[in-house]
Amino acid sequence: MSPDAPLLQLEGISKHFGPVHALDRVDFAVSAGEVVGLVGDNGAGKSTLVKAIAGINSPDSGKILFEGREVSINRPQDATSLGIATVYQDLALCDNLDVVANLFLGSEETLGGVGVVSRQLNEVAMENRAGDLLSNLAVTIPSLRSEVGTLSGGQRQQVAVARSLLGEPKIVMLDEPTAALGVPQTKQVLALIKRLRERNLGVVVISHNLADVFEVCDRIVVLRLGRSAGDFSSTEVTEEHVVAAITGLGNNAGARAEIAEDKAEAVDDDFEGGKA
Amino acid sequence: MSTTPAPTAPQAGDTEEEAKKINPREQLRRVVQGDLSSVRVILGLVLIAVIFQVQESRFLSAENLTNLMLQITTIGLISVGIVYVLLLGEIDLSVGAVSGLAGAVMVVLNVQHGWNPYLAIAAAVAVGAAIGTAQGFLFSRFVVPSFVVTLAGLLTWQGALLQVLGKTGSLNVTDPKITGLANIFYGKTTGWIIAVVCIVVYGLVLAIGYRRRVAAGLGDKNPLPQVARLVLMAAITIGAVAILNSDRGVPLAVLILLGFVIGMEYVVQKTTFGRHVFAVGGNDEAARRAGIRVNGVRVAVFAIAGSMAAVGGIMAASRLFAVNQNSGGNELLLLAIAGPVIAGTSLFGGRGSVWTALLGALVIGSISNGMDLLGLASPIKYMVTGGVLLLAVLVDAVAKQQRQTRGRA
Repeated sequence: MSPDAPLLQLEGISKHFGPVHALDRVDFAVSAGEVVGLVGDNGAGKSTLVKAIAGINSPDSGKILFEGREVSINRPQDATSLGIATVYQDLALCDNLDVVANLFLGSEETLGGVGVVSRQLNEVAMENRAGDLLSNLAVTIPSLRSEVGTLSGGQRQQVAVARSLLGEPKIVMLDEPTAALGVPQTKQVLALIKRLRERNLGVVVISHNLADVFEVCDRIVVLRLGRSAGDFSSTEVTEEHVVAAITGLGNNAGARAEIAEDKAEAVDDDFEGGKA
Repeated sequence: MSTTPAPTAPQAGDTEEEAKKINPREQLRRVVQGDLSSVRVILGLVLIAVIFQVQESRFLSAENLTNLMLQITTIGLISVGIVYVLLLGEIDLSVGAVSGLAGAVMVVLNVQHGWNPYLAIAAAVAVGAAIGTAQGFLFSRFVVPSFVVTLAGLLTWQGALLQVLGKTGSLNVTDPKITGLANIFYGKTTGWIIAVVCIVVYGLVLAIGYRRRVAAGLGDKNPLPQVARLVLMAAITIGAVAILNSDRGVPLAVLILLGFVIGMEYVVQKTTFGRHVFAVGGNDEAARRAGIRVNGVRVAVFAIAGSMAAVGGIMAASRLFAVNQNSGGNELLLLAIAGPVIAGTSLFGGRGSVWTALLGALVIGSISNGMDLLGLASPIKYMVTGGVLLLAVLVDAVAKQQRQTRGRA
């Protein structure tokens, strides 16, 4: 695999639900060390695309390339084993368990033993690993033994992201990571996303909040009515541009032309991103 | 990746450590709100003891305390299984009927069919486990409320009890192996040996845990909290054995109850399975996405509840030397559920401990025992117990509301 080839590349992905074209020949790519924002109006196909990558709804047609080779992702386990982790909006945390227990839920470390019941939890090892992971990510929580229900929304989001990293993924997809968060908490989560990039992970961020998208994303992919409606470098595009692509309103002809230009630019950006 | 330990990194720490840092007012708030519900229950027990002792000086006598321990064995054992069910946020209404049926199965096999007593006991536990498994399967597979499945079970197994007992309606137990379960008392020396063994084992467990944490660089290097725990546990053990020894000695029934409480508490707090029980009770969707076999956990928990109900029924048959048509009936079921709730296990799932089975049984048992001593009639007993249950559930609900409004869910 050449260094500038995308980690994950989707080509011509289509997905129909009956007569509805949820996705129509969508292209999408994310490279290692790159944060890609996936934006679009409600029903634009963002969730369907993420579900296709996560193995929840496999696409009807199209190619998925992972590290340059074609793969098929039919079940969530396929995505996990490739190294694609997804953090859904509802986080799926157990409020009554502490941070360590939530991080290791379903993949607890044990001291060994026979049978389900005799397997003693290795709390020391889990607490150590959790402490290392969270301090590496500079996640701020009161204590590793705090109940997750006592944490703020931002802290919960960070715990959910940290949990997705335990499986050593190469790509992390975040569904609306800053929705319903206050300003300081949003900052924490965006900082965490930047640290994921520093760890050379490919990050996909679905968001409605263009300000957040512009702050952390290297590239912004716009979907509209199930089709690719733009692929911009975030440093070379204005918010109005992206809004125009999302809504399909405004100076239509102009916007389309600009999109075409930006697509060409985006290819260059990919190249630069690969070198960085 | 570069490892720069950030100054804001989470501080590894025990809840005990946290508790110490919090000021007294905050600690008081925790007691009131139920974060420290076991302390609240122990205070309640002390209050009950004082009230009855003032009225009737026999209440705290060694003989009465020994009787109290024997009286709560059955309800405590059934409650152990109930705690597991409550942790899932479910309910099992069949445990009373299952305990009666299991006791009857044991007695019928032993007395009428001449089975070896141990085989008969094993068969009774197997019946309880099978019933629990079946109910757990129906509940989880067909997504029927556990309330309804086990209510159907309650009626079914009560009928089965009558069927098994046949026309006589009552059977006496004579086998000393079975009656011994609730009627063996160990001598003084044996009692002290048991106490010493328990204290030494507990000390070793604490020491090993402490060394592992310190070796891993986690937690408090100060061993004082651990020493304090050991001293407290040793004081309670020595006190309990001294009291029991001054009457008839340490009863086997108490050892059985404590053994199940400690064993099942270990399973729920320290093993993968126990962690999954808490997870399913807290957020079953999260548990499912984490790859936990949610329905498997549910079936296992109901099997545990059925088995513990059977164990309780066996102890009841042993203590009363008989099973009859009322075995496992009356208020047994409701008290077995009320006990853990009074002692702080949440009805809403995901919060609790097996110790609440013991503490709750002690609360209910001492109220009942004290009122018997005072010669109060059943109507008063029921109403007082009902009041205590209501109070405990209200405290649980208020604690939950407080946690939610303050983001401490």
